Order: sequence, then structure tokens, then C-alpha cells
Amino acid sequence: MSNLQVRVWRGKDQGRFATYEVPRAASQTVLDVVTYIQRQLDPTLSYRFACRVGMCGSCAMTVNGVARWTCRTHVAKVAKNGELEIAPLSNLKVIKDLVTDMSEFFDKWARALGRFKGSRTRHDDFALVKPDSAQRAAADAAIECIGCGVCYASCDVVAWRKEFLGPAALNRAWSLANDVRDAQQGERLRAVAGDAGCHSCHTQGSCSERCPKKIEPTAGIAGLKRLAAAAAMRGEL
Amino acid sequence: MKAATEAKLWYWQRVSAMLLAVCVAIHLGGIIYAVHGGLSAAQILGRTHGNVLFGVFYGVFVLACAVHVPIGIANVADEMLGWRREYSVLTALLFSALIAVMGLRAVYGVVIA
Amino acid sequence: MRRNDYRARAHPAYWAFVVHRVSGLALAAFLPLHFWALGQALQGEAALDGFLRFTERPLFKFGEWGLVVLLALHLMGGMRLLVIEFLPWSGLRKNWIAAGIGVGLAAGLAFALALLG
Repeated sequence: MSNLQVRVWRGKDQGRFATYEVPRAASQTVLDVVTYIQRQLDPTLSYRFACRVGMCGSCAMTVNGVARWTCRTHVAKVAKNGELEIAPLSNLKVIKDLVTDMSEFFDKWARALGRFKGSRTRHDDFALVKPDSAQRAAADAAIECIGCGVCYASCDVVAWRKEFLGPAALNRAWSLANDVRDAQQGERLRAVAGDAGCHSCHTQGSCSERCPKKIEPTAGIAGLKRLAAAAAMRGEL
Repeated sequence: MKAATEAKLWYWQRVSAMLLAVCVAIHLGGIIYAVHGGLSAAQILGRTHGNVLFGVFYGVFVLACAVHVPIGIANVADEMLGWRREYSVLTALLFSALIAVMGLRAVYGVVIA
Repeated sequence: MRRNDYRARAHPAYWAFVVHRVSGLALAAFLPLHFWALGQALQGEAALDGFLRFTERPLFKFGEWGLVVLLALHLMGGMRLLVIEFLPWSGLRKNWIAAGIGVGLAAGLAFALALLG
């Protein structure tokens, strides 16, 4: 097998692609390629990873134009003509090379009130949540998000509207909207409705298409639109 | 813009869409039938003049368009042209008035005049 | 920051979005013209006939055909969105995208045959 020709982004928001030659290996992943470059060819390359087995989401990068987890992307599947292009995730400021600043991603999560607030104390009885209720099923479908940023990087509306909360934050808001124990439903709905929120989603579907955990933020955002409309028509939004 | 306003705009655009789905399906069928063998004013007006059902159907159709089209246009305006939301919605209102007036005038023209 | 290019957009739901937006804009631009043309009837049958003769040109007929196709596509794309937003979730409804293309083609074919027949 001939070597891979790998173009890797070097620099910050301004920068250039540098080309490296990387030997192929069996079952090689894109993360293996990046690791090889940094260890054997160019120790100045910066990149993020942690678990390297598809659980943590840290290694998300843009591979041949598409946001992916590099540890779960087999080179054999994506390298056409022995070529690879590796860039940092889109829609996020670049700290260096393949490392992006995730602050805005998580700030938006907070702005969407993507956190649980309960109303019971240790002196109250347990909350009873039926696991097969429609609401719990909806929450469960959305709850596995680990905040990797792939959906956020894939969304054009995130690129077009600076204030748009993005699919991950809205998906988390949806999972909490379906949590019967949560005590700030009204506040949250106000936070996620409007053009910073769910109403700017145009169902392009890139988030649902690319999520490595097969979560479908499009579903949650549609749900938030329904909830917001119902609340608005009742005069509660 | 307030969240409640955005939610209502979304709601009315979707409700008008549901109505338009029916209207457009009928309209498409009508167009394809009507253009058979060429179109002339006599043919059109012969079918529409004094036709109350036609007038009511297309009157409703026009009003549904006047709701549906401008809300979509407002979204495109602030997204692709970068307009402030208030200006997009204002333009949408003006466009809505234009559609309603011109559309109802056209319905009047072919049904009553 | 890095921005996505066409490679990130190469999936059916995104193309459905593009078709829906382009068709919507085209139809929105067309609507006032359509109403103005029909409003010619207010000037009497002769005025409307005059306009209709103007539309006999092949380029016009092609434009009409295009609008019929765009209307059918916008209708189907819109119904797909209503299904996504209001019915129980079942993915990005790619079957609706396929059906939409089918209905668009059918409408175009039917209109073309009606024009030529």
C-alpha cells in the first residue's frame, strides 16, 4: 500500500494546510494518522483526544470536509485516492491547529438553560417517572449527548446567525423540557424560543445526519417549536 | 423580537401552510386542466365570471398566501441579507398587504368585474 | 474559524432545504406578477387576452412550466416539514424527499403534456 498524503490545518483562524506523508496500517483510524504525525513527523502539531474508543467525543475534527470523531473514522472508508484532509471543527474559534475553543458551544448550552433544576428536597418523596411514558421516551432519545460539538460544527444556521444556540444546546433543552421533575420549564421555553433559538432552525438536518451517537436534534427542535407555539397561544410564553 | 411573537409567526405560517397544501393541490390540478388546448381570456373568464365557489376558494387562497409567504420572506431577509429582525418583519407586513390587495383585486377582476 | 463547504452539505435533507428555499423565493417573486396579470381582467377581456397572447412565447411557456414544477416541489417539501414538525418523529423523512421529486416530475410532465396536447 502506498503512503497516505495528509493535509493538516496548521495555525489559528489564519493559517494553511501542511502536507504529511503517513504510512498506512491495518484498521487505521484518522486519529491514528494524527497521532503518527505528531509523534513521528511534527511534534508541534496540536490536537485533542482522550478515550480514543468513541466514548468521550474529544477527538472531533473535520475530515474531508465533514465533522467526525477521528477515533471512529476508518481511513479506509474516507481516504479517496490515498488523500486525507484534516481540519479543526467548523463554527468555532481555532486555538491552534486542530484544537478549537469550545467556550461558545458550552456558553450557549447554559443560555438555553440546559441544566436541571429540581423542586424537591431530601425530605420529599422520590419523584415517580414512568420510563415508558411518551415524555420520558422523548427525553431518553435525546439524553445521550456528550457535547462533542459535531452537530454544532455541521450546522449552517450556526454559521449564519451568531446568536443561534445550536442543535446540541436545543437538544439538551428538549430533553429537560420532557423531564417532569424539572422546575424551570417556562423560563427554559422562553430561552429557547425566538431567532436565537428553535425558530431559526430550517430543518437542514446536518446535525441529525452527522451525530456520532445517532441523536436527532432536529426532532427535539421540532418539539420545542410545538411547545413554544402552544405556550404562546395560551399567553404563557 | 420577543419569543412569543416568533412562536406565533411560526404557528401562523404552519397553519396557513396546511391550508395552502390543499389549495395548491387543487390549483395545480386546475392549471393542468385549464391549459389544455391553449388559454384565452374568454375561456378563463367564462369559467370564473360569476362563479361564487371559485371566488371564495381563491379569496381564501390569496389570504392564506398573504400570511404564509411574507413570514418565510422575513426569515430569508434577516438570514441572507443580514437585516435586523424588526425590519424583516416590517417588510413582511408590507409585502403581505401587497399580496392581499393585488390578489383580492385579481379575484375581483375575474369573478365580479 | 473554519467554515463548512459543499462537502458538509452533501446529504438529501440539505438539498431539500435548498430546493425549498429557492422555490419559495421564486414563487414569492412571481406572485405579485401573477396577480397583476390576472388583474388585467379589470380592464376587460381584451386586455387580458392581450396579455395572454404575450405569454404564448416559448420562453414564457418554459417559465410557466418551471414555476409549476417549483410549486409542486415547494408543496411537497412543505408537507414534509409539516410531517416532521407535527407528526410523531420518524427521522428526516427521506421517503418524502423521494416522493417530492416524483410529484415534481409528474406535475412537470402533466403540465408539459397539457401545453402540447
